[in-house]
Amino acid sequence: MSTATDLLPASRGGTGTQTGGRRFGAFRFFGGQSKSGGEGVAKRVQFSSPFLPYLFLAPQLAIIFIFFYWPSVQAIQSSFYLEDPFGFGSTFVGMTNYTDVLKSGEYLGIARFTAVFTALVTFFALSIGLLLAVKADGVIRGNAAYKTLLIWVYAIAPPVAGLIGMMFFDQHIGPIVELARWFGWDIKVGLNYFDTAFSMVVVSVWKQIPYNFIFFLSGLQGIPVSVREAAAIDCRSGFRRFWTVILPLLAPTAFFLLIINVTYALFDTFGVIDVMVKDKAANNPITLVYKVYMDGFRGNDLGGSSAQSVILMLIVFVLTIFQFRFIERRVHYN
Amino acid sequence: MFKKFSFAALSFAFSATSSFAATNITWWHGMAGRNGEVINEVSKKFNEAQSACALTPVSKGTYEEALASGIAAFRSGEQPNILQVFDAGAATIINAKGAVIPAEDLIIKAGHNFDRNAFIDGVRYFYADSEGKFVGMPFNSSAPIMYINDEALKKAGVEAPKTWEEFEAVAPKLKEAGYIPLVQSQLTWQFTENFFSRNNIQFATNNNGYDAVVDTQLKVTDPNLIMMFDKLKAWKDEGYFAFYGAGWNDNQKVFEEGKAAFWIGSSGSFGGLQKTAQMPFSATFLPYWGSIKGAGTNSFIGGAALFAMSGKSDEENNCVADFFQFLTSPEIQYFYHKATGYVAITKAAYELAQKDGYYKEKPVAEVGIKQLLLPAGDWSKGYRLGFYPQIREIMEREYGRIFSGETTVKDAFDTIEKEGNELLARFAKTAG
Repeated sequence: MSTATDLLPASRGGTGTQTGGRRFGAFRFFGGQSKSGGEGVAKRVQFSSPFLPYLFLAPQLAIIFIFFYWPSVQAIQSSFYLEDPFGFGSTFVGMTNYTDVLKSGEYLGIARFTAVFTALVTFFALSIGLLLAVKADGVIRGNAAYKTLLIWVYAIAPPVAGLIGMMFFDQHIGPIVELARWFGWDIKVGLNYFDTAFSMVVVSVWKQIPYNFIFFLSGLQGIPVSVREAAAIDCRSGFRRFWTVILPLLAPTAFFLLIINVTYALFDTFGVIDVMVKDKAANNPITLVYKVYMDGFRGNDLGGSSAQSVILMLIVFVLTIFQFRFIERRVHYN
Repeated sequence: MFKKFSFAALSFAFSATSSFAATNITWWHGMAGRNGEVINEVSKKFNEAQSACALTPVSKGTYEEALASGIAAFRSGEQPNILQVFDAGAATIINAKGAVIPAEDLIIKAGHNFDRNAFIDGVRYFYADSEGKFVGMPFNSSAPIMYINDEALKKAGVEAPKTWEEFEAVAPKLKEAGYIPLVQSQLTWQFTENFFSRNNIQFATNNNGYDAVVDTQLKVTDPNLIMMFDKLKAWKDEGYFAFYGAGWNDNQKVFEEGKAAFWIGSSGSFGGLQKTAQMPFSATFLPYWGSIKGAGTNSFIGGAALFAMSGKSDEENNCVADFFQFLTSPEIQYFYHKATGYVAITKAAYELAQKDGYYKEKPVAEVGIKQLLLPAGDWSKGYRLGFYPQIREIMEREYGRIFSGETTVKDAFDTIEKEGNELLARFAKTAG
């Protein structure tokens, strides 16, 4: 993710220039075909030795291998075993860990909540981020102040965001709870399933808006002024102009953000959830990744928790393939 | 900044060389805040009292995190000498045969005497095997006790109840006086595990899980336990009991603010409550049911014990034994008791605190230990259940559903028993 942020200034510079500036390097990072043709071709660099590029890649590959592939292989392996936490006895149980998990109504309930939660967080974080970006892009006077105010929430770490969110929704002192009481809604986070889910979504969306805002804003600034002017001459309705001209030109940004937001909702909301449920999930909603943590790190059930993380890995894999195959087709980079 | 850092590095290097001759041992624990500081003070006292061993305490976060890091370290052969493990995790480490050296063996091998009877009754069995041999060394022990809002009682003109029947009698008057009669902070520990201990009822088969891992089953569909939760639900509907979720502090807060008459907390809450309570308070034992025959026995200990990890040299093990001896000395126990609010675990330390007049000054500090000193029953010694932290999570989930009206008490306990027994069966396979 930091790779994408690093590329930000490059795309910002593209305001007056051609479309090349709008294309995020991040797509290449994700393995997408960047279809670079025409004016934007990068300079080809020749290496004196064929091994040199591999040498330069080695640190990155080593990190990926040690921190991603190796643990993944271990997780897959231990998902077929029932293991004593201390590593004394481990029994091969085949698919039992998987069938146990998939048969459990509890687990399926968590999966259902995770799906709804991910959909809601992604939808609201993206749409509110886009709305704010469009509005901020239109502001002429004092726009730097608006932008800074909208962006700085991003600098808050997820657990801190969770903590602030929890205080807002605290049963005894939360201002949002006081506010809701005026309308006759008694919010009880930690006690009522729906109320807890509601506050989790609110805090998670709030945390992610600035990130989406930054990307949408720079995407908007990458749209050539000439195109906008031409559109303004052809059509007077601002909404229609946005719908037919601006939005399609923003599609690559939106697609990139969609993937990032889905992974955010699935994984990075862990800190928010942990703080909101205060270490005690009880009958509160939790996501799949939190369940992996509860069973693996708190319950010391390595086999079961490994099986769950493999399932999660498969879900993300399928989701990513789906997004690249079906949604990316509709995205035009040039 | 750099200066500060290099100074720290220098002093570290210096301290490392100064204890060159001593045997180094490490202690991983799950205490933070004031309790973590007290651990550092205890270690310092030990290091100053002798020169053969140098003890380094390391905080690993929470209880769960300490256990998880201890396990990960053991698997890679980097385990500490001493690991603190909490009550619910006891079965995990004790059933991993070969992970720890029983504290009693360790102490005897190092040439010290070990007298089981020196420990107070409620502490003696929890971390021991079915023959009563100490596997873990009890360290920080607490009991669930009932804190009393003195103002509320005065205003309503009632006495603190000893039994739940008496509570039912005074609750309407407290409600009339404008108070929430009862709140609690942990339904699993206070109203489930210690419901079984205080009322002397069997919690699980196989002698509460002590005798064997295989075929151990929960007995949470016991009609008495169901009656307890039916009552709680009824009390909640009538406004005699309030429930703010599974979080400890959300429930404690109401009592601190003086809005509740009784709060079931931990004997270890005393220190903090002295600072936060906005009204005068006292404490008494966790109530039991007068209608249950043989009820009124001691409670299980909460808190944690210290385990000596295996795979260490004799020299280091002897140091651990020395430290355990040091830790159970009356003076250190008394110091720890006063500094943290956890109960003293030996009879000698209790007598020392009495002689010193500590309880005259702070009577609440004595309630926990007195409750642990009550006569023991067959079922008040402890429980040994695998994957118990997860079973607690199931209970928390179902209890939350009871009070939000999503399920009935009977169905909730059926679910807990079913899912809990599945986990116990899984655990039996891992330990096999």
